[in-house]
Amino acid sequence: MNRRVVVTGIGAVAPGGVGVKPFWELLTAGRTATRRISFFDPAPFRSRIAAECDFDPVAAGLSAQDVTRLDRAAQFALVAAREAMLDSGLAVDADNAHRVGVSLGSAVGCTERLEREYVAISDAGQRWLVDPDRATPYLYDYLVPSSMAAELAWLAGAEGPATVVSAGCTSGIDAVGYAYELIQEGTADVMITGGTDAPISPITVACFDAIKATSAHNDDPEHALRPFDRTRNGFVLGEGAAVIVLEELAAARRRGAHVYAEVVGFASRGNAHHMTGLRADGREMAAAITAALDDARLDPTAVDYVNAHGTATRQNDVHETGAFKASLGPHAYRVPISSIKSMIGHSLGAIGALEVAASVLAMEHGVIPPTANLHEPDPQLDLDYVPLTAREQPVDVALTVGSGFGGFQSAMVLARPEVRA
Amino acid sequence: MTAAVVTGIGVVAPNGLGIDEYWAATLRGESGIRRITRFDPDGYPVRLAGEVVGFAPNQHLPGRLLPQTDRMTQFALAAGDWAVRDADLDLAALPALELGVITAGSAGGFDFGQRELQNLWGKGPNHVSAYMSFAWFYAVNTGQLSIRHDLRGPIGVFVTEQAGGLDAVAHARRKIRRGARLMVTGAVDSALCPYGLTAQITSGRLTGRTDPRRAYLPFDRDASGHVPGEGGAILVVEEAGQARARGVRGYGTIAGYGATFDPAPGSGRGANLVRAIAGALADADLDPAEIAVVFADAAALPELDAAEAAALAEVFGARGVPVTAPKTMTGRLYSGAGPLDLVNALLALRDGVIPPTVHVAPASVDHDVDLVIGGPRPLRGGAALVLARGRGGFNSAMVVRAGPG
Amino acid sequence: MTVFGLDELMQIMRECAGEDEAAQFGGDLANTEFNQLGYDSLALMETASQVARRLDISLPEEEFARVETPAQLLALINERLSARSGPQAGVAARTGGTTG
Repeated sequence: MNRRVVVTGIGAVAPGGVGVKPFWELLTAGRTATRRISFFDPAPFRSRIAAECDFDPVAAGLSAQDVTRLDRAAQFALVAAREAMLDSGLAVDADNAHRVGVSLGSAVGCTERLEREYVAISDAGQRWLVDPDRATPYLYDYLVPSSMAAELAWLAGAEGPATVVSAGCTSGIDAVGYAYELIQEGTADVMITGGTDAPISPITVACFDAIKATSAHNDDPEHALRPFDRTRNGFVLGEGAAVIVLEELAAARRRGAHVYAEVVGFASRGNAHHMTGLRADGREMAAAITAALDDARLDPTAVDYVNAHGTATRQNDVHETGAFKASLGPHAYRVPISSIKSMIGHSLGAIGALEVAASVLAMEHGVIPPTANLHEPDPQLDLDYVPLTAREQPVDVALTVGSGFGGFQSAMVLARPEVRA
Repeated sequence: MTAAVVTGIGVVAPNGLGIDEYWAATLRGESGIRRITRFDPDGYPVRLAGEVVGFAPNQHLPGRLLPQTDRMTQFALAAGDWAVRDADLDLAALPALELGVITAGSAGGFDFGQRELQNLWGKGPNHVSAYMSFAWFYAVNTGQLSIRHDLRGPIGVFVTEQAGGLDAVAHARRKIRRGARLMVTGAVDSALCPYGLTAQITSGRLTGRTDPRRAYLPFDRDASGHVPGEGGAILVVEEAGQARARGVRGYGTIAGYGATFDPAPGSGRGANLVRAIAGALADADLDPAEIAVVFADAAALPELDAAEAAALAEVFGARGVPVTAPKTMTGRLYSGAGPLDLVNALLALRDGVIPPTVHVAPASVDHDVDLVIGGPRPLRGGAALVLARGRGGFNSAMVVRAGPG
Repeated sequence: MTVFGLDELMQIMRECAGEDEAAQFGGDLANTEFNQLGYDSLALMETASQVARRLDISLPEEEFARVETPAQLLALINERLSARSGPQAGVAARTGGTTG
């Protein structure tokens, strides 16, 4: 049984604003939301830049109790889910609850609270034997981040399959891919899916410092993340969430829902190479793209826009360019490719879902968001990366890709619903 | 539809390393629950755990992998090696892009994480290890297994607390149905460092008892919570045609799966465990009467035990099926529990014997379940059901059948 | 002057990156590329970080990025050690740095 799966609701919390509207305005304006870290004193760190969300959880609709209880990543996810549910107009009740599931991506879960609580009960790293008497009662929910999927399921009233997908930096795209497969095969009719992460805390900043994966353009935070640029020197951490309501097409049409786009293909592959390194040829990402296009029964030439992983590490942009050439052939040189990370940073397990959302919005509005900060092309990277300025251009089919530590390579193909009508 | 056959098993458990040692200990009713040895637990309200003892990582893994891996990743890699060896096939001779890895986790490499948190906060940012960026994160076992065995096909990671291990195996089966030839799957967990134990204690689900024989007592009127454990199982699951072509019968087939989520607390709606079981049975195309044994989730909290007993009674009738919980010998292994219970189920079907639930006395069984206690019991039939519930309301159920599908 | 030697470097590398049972270090170890010795970029970064902490020196990123062999890394380390003033070298010794 291969049912068709469509996007009927989108919610976003991203650097630059809460909600889909400010998210899309930032992207299409080519503005960047990266800045010097304000959440803590970044002076002792190598990379002192991040794309932070100016997020007021109470203003965003959460209760004081939720704010106390929930990690920032869970708060983002709930706010984005609420917007997505409202946007979809979906009603979940006793009749359909068991057909509604949750699949939420997160790379580092509730690290922000795990670190904060650790500091409190270890006397700031002075004791190995932390004090159990001072532990918050919510600590277990931070340890095991499926607590965040439970929060979303409670919010939506979902009683179908629920899980957190935690595949590192492909968590967001993989969570949506999993949701797509469950609806396609008939296990669920609706999935509340997406990704969330709030990694801008000392431990995460320090661990990317230790491998020099993040940008040290500390003198120019607004222009630090430079995908495909000759002067790129790493990514900038971001944070946020995107939640998407996926539904079976016929049911969505029956209830008169607005159908943004159809998920037509998804695949993941491992590179089996190195926990943090990438092969230059991008072979496994290419294999994922090819498999996703096969799943979609579309030719590479059908792709109108590629939403790149585009982290601006020296390796990634070469790897990815290789993957596009290997999978799309000559079409790789014609299709516009852009990295929204240049504007909103790399929010680890959230970014894949934010990129799915951006791809859907590109189709919806006929606008391709640019790659900001791309002033000096790298002669090694010779594709059309849509530098600096958004392009008004119809997009019927979009490809979005992700790549992460552990060798994860994922690709998803989205299409306007009439493409396969 | 293409069947998914389990052809290789690797086990790391508190009561045995490797499939043979583990199974023999389990049938003997040997428990691995004891006082925590990795640190002095005297200051903690929980002092027992199912610790894996006698695991010397340098005997099982290349030296290069040791500094960059947490204990639970070392378990996963050792179990992965054993599972691949058990499957007895040359992975390098197969197309790497059709071989994948799907695992589950619940706490990541948490011991490693606590050490690096201490380095950061106690000494400073430049004391944080270059390996920290991946040694802690939940995806690490899938990534390391993929690299170790050159598996470049579909990969993934689930976190669904205790239910996640079954979710991972189910997704591995899905990938086989969608064209993969072979999947390495399962899960291993370990969070028995001081901070990990502290976090587990806050779940409110651990027992504070200190007598290893009277601590973790599911379905017992004396139930007071569970003992945490570490370990799990890694499986090699193959597309049935491929297994058949190389003349391998395997341990059995992943025949059915169902997953549900419970309604929000206070909604007044009932739990959905029955629906997960019914889904798994329907998926396997089996009647309840064809299930020879149920491997229970066995939370060992009165309310949760009652809910599980009621669900089993609703599906199978009161005392309608033998129920067991070998996890009374290991403690709850979180994501590792489901895969280890799949191993129990497959070996029970192979040997025609149900492993016992230990430490629960006949007179103290508090629910209307036919609990296998006092020693192993002969098994009659060709299919088994494994249940796993994740804190928060996650229910997963999986049916395995004897034979290659 | 403090001199940091090959044996000490390789000892730290083994601690940071683990023993490689398969690797046979025959011939000119100091001038064999780290990659060929089985040490990847992570092992190298972990080692450099450890060396920098023990000796209380900093290894400039641009120069470190060009390092491919133990000899080159030793040269960089010793250059940084000698560039330091006397009192700082004393600090390195007190904090566990090897003075060979």
